[in-house]
Amino acid sequence: MVANFGYGALVIAFLISLYGVFAAIYGVRQKAPAWVESARIAMLLTWPLITLSALSIIFLLVNNHYEMEYVTSVTSNSMPFYLKVTALWGGQAGSLIFWSWLMSAFASAVTLRKWERDREFLPWVIVVSLVTLAFFILLSLFVENPFERLWLAPSGEIAPAMFQPAGATLFTPQDGQGLNPLLRHPGMIIHPPMLYLGFVAFVIPYAFAMAALITGRTDDRWIRITRRWSLVAWLFLSLGLILGGRWAYDVLGWGGYWGWDPVEIAAFMPWLTGTAFLHSVMIQEKRGLMKHWNMVLIILTYDLVIFGTFLTRSGVLSSVHAFAQSAIGPLFFSFIGLTFVTSLALLLHRWNELKAEGEMTSVFSREALFLLNNLLFMGILVVCFWGVIFPLVSEALGIVGQNVPALANIFTGQKVTVGPPYYERATAPLFAGLLFLMGIAPLSAWRLSTARTLGRAAWKPLIVSLVIVVIVFALGTRQWAALLGFWLCSFVSAVTLYEFWRGSMARHRKSGESLPVALWHLAGRNRRRYGGYTIHLGVVLMAIGIIGIEIFQTETQGTIPVGGQLSLGQYTIHYDSLANFDYADGRNVSRAVVSVYKNGNYVGELHPRRDYYYESQQPMTIPGVRSTMEDDFYLLLVDWQPISTQSATFKIYLNPLVNWLWLGGIVFILGTLIAAWPDKDPEPVVVEKRSPQVAQARI
Amino acid sequence: MAETVKNTIINPETPDGIENQVLSSLPARQSPWGRILAWVGLFTLLGLVAISLVRGQQGPVAIGQSAPDFTLTTFDSQTIHLSDLKGKVVLVNFWASWCKPCEQEAADLEAAWRYYQERGDVAFIGIAWTDTEPASKAYLEKFDITYPNGPDLGTRISQAYRTTGVPETYILSREGVLAYKKFSPFLSLAEIKAAIDPLLEPVNTPDAMELPGGIEVDK
Amino acid sequence: MGVQKMASVKPVVWSLIWLAIILLVLFVMVSNVLAQEPTPASSEVTDDQVNAIAKQLFCPVCENIPLDVCPTQACAQWRDLIREKLAAGWNERQIKNYFVEQYGARVLGAPPAKGINWLVYIVPPIAILGGIIVLYRALRSWKAPAGFSAAVSGQTGHVESTALPSDEYVRQLEEELRKRD
Repeated sequence: MVANFGYGALVIAFLISLYGVFAAIYGVRQKAPAWVESARIAMLLTWPLITLSALSIIFLLVNNHYEMEYVTSVTSNSMPFYLKVTALWGGQAGSLIFWSWLMSAFASAVTLRKWERDREFLPWVIVVSLVTLAFFILLSLFVENPFERLWLAPSGEIAPAMFQPAGATLFTPQDGQGLNPLLRHPGMIIHPPMLYLGFVAFVIPYAFAMAALITGRTDDRWIRITRRWSLVAWLFLSLGLILGGRWAYDVLGWGGYWGWDPVEIAAFMPWLTGTAFLHSVMIQEKRGLMKHWNMVLIILTYDLVIFGTFLTRSGVLSSVHAFAQSAIGPLFFSFIGLTFVTSLALLLHRWNELKAEGEMTSVFSREALFLLNNLLFMGILVVCFWGVIFPLVSEALGIVGQNVPALANIFTGQKVTVGPPYYERATAPLFAGLLFLMGIAPLSAWRLSTARTLGRAAWKPLIVSLVIVVIVFALGTRQWAALLGFWLCSFVSAVTLYEFWRGSMARHRKSGESLPVALWHLAGRNRRRYGGYTIHLGVVLMAIGIIGIEIFQTETQGTIPVGGQLSLGQYTIHYDSLANFDYADGRNVSRAVVSVYKNGNYVGELHPRRDYYYESQQPMTIPGVRSTMEDDFYLLLVDWQPISTQSATFKIYLNPLVNWLWLGGIVFILGTLIAAWPDKDPEPVVVEKRSPQVAQARI
Repeated sequence: MAETVKNTIINPETPDGIENQVLSSLPARQSPWGRILAWVGLFTLLGLVAISLVRGQQGPVAIGQSAPDFTLTTFDSQTIHLSDLKGKVVLVNFWASWCKPCEQEAADLEAAWRYYQERGDVAFIGIAWTDTEPASKAYLEKFDITYPNGPDLGTRISQAYRTTGVPETYILSREGVLAYKKFSPFLSLAEIKAAIDPLLEPVNTPDAMELPGGIEVDK
Repeated sequence: MGVQKMASVKPVVWSLIWLAIILLVLFVMVSNVLAQEPTPASSEVTDDQVNAIAKQLFCPVCENIPLDVCPTQACAQWRDLIREKLAAGWNERQIKNYFVEQYGARVLGAPPAKGINWLVYIVPPIAILGGIIVLYRALRSWKAPAGFSAAVSGQTGHVESTALPSDEYVRQLEEELRKRD
């Protein structure tokens, strides 16, 4: 009953979306505002309908309606209440509904703003938003339907379907399969919503960009309107990625925060284009340049967002190969192909109207450095995208080898893995380049800068950073990559902190406020700039953490009985005892008690454990971690070896500096909040009134 | 963000302001190559992804298709070419020592082999997929398997058949065409016989290709 | 009003070429840092020695899981295989080659540079080079016609390009700035 209601609401939402698209187009073509208004109302109606649909799913989840296939696949009797609710996005079908819900919410929010100055954008924003929404609802209705029930066919087979197949009866399992234990971590509960918020929010700037292209209003109005949207979208996307990394570090059990898995990369790619976009729109706003490029960036971001939505860990499509083999692959490919082609056609149509308004005056100017920044981000994007699709492409091209024997040695069609060695080697120099740019860009000015002015501004931070590197070297670091990395980090920090100091000092001198107050007001008045600098500082902290764990990580593994010891560097562990018991939520726990000694001194007790989930028959290893700013002592029970008091296999990772990564993440998000915070009323602006002749000359 | 704007866009001293304004409003020099490049680039990209999707959607080798040829070096160092076995009904079984379901059908497969062995026109080939030699040999000994088995070097054979796991069994007709496939363990000796027997009938019988078991893809 | 124009585009091109060269050099060099050297085989092979090699290999069956952390029985067998080979005195290269021979190129973390796999390593640098060329051409096209001199306004030059009547223009500008969001 509830399921039919939820499905029905979805059907109506789909029909209304289609209506909205046609009404908006008709209204624009016939210059009939009433139709556009009707489309707007249709847009607003989709949200309550999809909310009802989502609530239906939650109701079914919470009440253990196992005759629903989705409920069986993501919940079980032993799961706590909150996990059942969040199981809404635990699987692909529910995630798509959640996505649609967010899309309709955001699009409705946009349609509720004041439209007086941008009346011509409204219909097209509605069209783009509703087309996207309709596509996702379409998938939910016909391909990944969360309302399908399980039916027992006369032949004994159990298959899901929406409506009763002939001769079949409803099948209700006693218990569900339960959510994959790996997904029951708090990080994994908020990570998908954060990512989806980021993805969905990026659709709005895209919609405005398309509206700008269609209506011919090719100035930067669309950028100004969506500036905060873009920043908020980017905030959530960044937060989602950071949370994903934290989840991987805590739970996946190999002490790594990023595995260059195609699923991770699929979410990372829109972040790359989004970051490039955030920087590049500043050039358009300040200098009127890069108009074409900004369009390209937002189109890329939109299509990458769609791609990233599908390739998620919690869904059916947890790997690129699974994606290629599924029914959803061709559908989504067609949608992306169509939107790409349409967007490109529109862009080329308006190409000439997007001419630049200024000139590039210096290769050291800030806009030139931003261009370089974009080039590097695009470079990383190419590396990532190519790495993700290459295995598929090389396999597919094997057909050439099969049909042309001469080329069989080249087009072998053999499966290959493109993994971390490729990505790390290819992106490391590009990331280093970006770090360097973060250091010198604040020192350069818009429009004007020469090597000399840059040099003059840079020498002080340069000296400071070199001093720091010398200290680091003296403390024993010899790896050149680490030294280079630390130098870059200290350079960027020096430049950025200097910017803060300089601004505060100037304000302090002018207004007599104390330095902290001056800093506060300064940041308050120039949120974008100082928010940006804070984000850069966050990135630097994260870079320090990454350098620590990537270059200086050590590990060891050993099997010891109770009373035994295992050493790694300055640390030693003593295996004290083991306890084995069952938890109420359906798992068996083996919990080891281990004492940790550093240089012979007792520093703490850790409890690594192995959880075995009965229903999914899946073991999960939970590390015991001792965290300090200096390093993380990360201790695991190896769960594919026997765990007993006679012998247990422990794996130790020592991750230096890794907590700087999480600290940096917090600073990063804080910076984004500063940048995104709405401004107070701007100070009154003085506009020079020019002589009438000059004013006439403007026409 | 309140920043004061000095908005002298045109230097008031130069009366050429209007002219330059007009000049800069002329359309930029149109470059057809740029456009062509953009479209070619986009379609190459889309094309690449499309081929991969097509390949992904292909699925395993289909019934009626000619079975991919392969060469297998057995654990006893003998070489078998699939093409040499034309004229015989060939059963190709992919297994691994670490695969529990494979053990369920191992005994039945060996029994089936002993049943058909004397006829001479049926061949059984076992292919150890991503397995280690000692573990494979131990598995073969455990189930006393006598038909030829060998490792899938470089996983070339399984990739040619586009297998998705183990156990998988492919039965080829005398013409080397795929006639039957099963992606789960056989449940009984009778099932194996039911799959092979129809293929042993003389070729000119019209319903020799009809298979009672049909395609079983229960995974 | 002295506005610094680009006398020629050469400095830009040179800077970008240097950037490309530096990046390529770094690209090659970084690989050395991130590679790990296993300890030489001793009479008793430790878990760490096995893991040092297993870290660089990937499970042939599961996707994208390194061999040292893969929990399946198959992976356990492969780690034992590595242990055996190490005890027999094989070095890292030999063991890796053996794995590739047995299980295919997918066990390696990056495709071996043979045949079509060259494309993996060539395409990104070419794309970046292509980007540099596009950048170069774009910078050239942004040279304004001679005689046009924009005012020097330091950090905050802002250009509006609407072609509205003059008073309207000023009024719009004021309104726009006031409503700046």
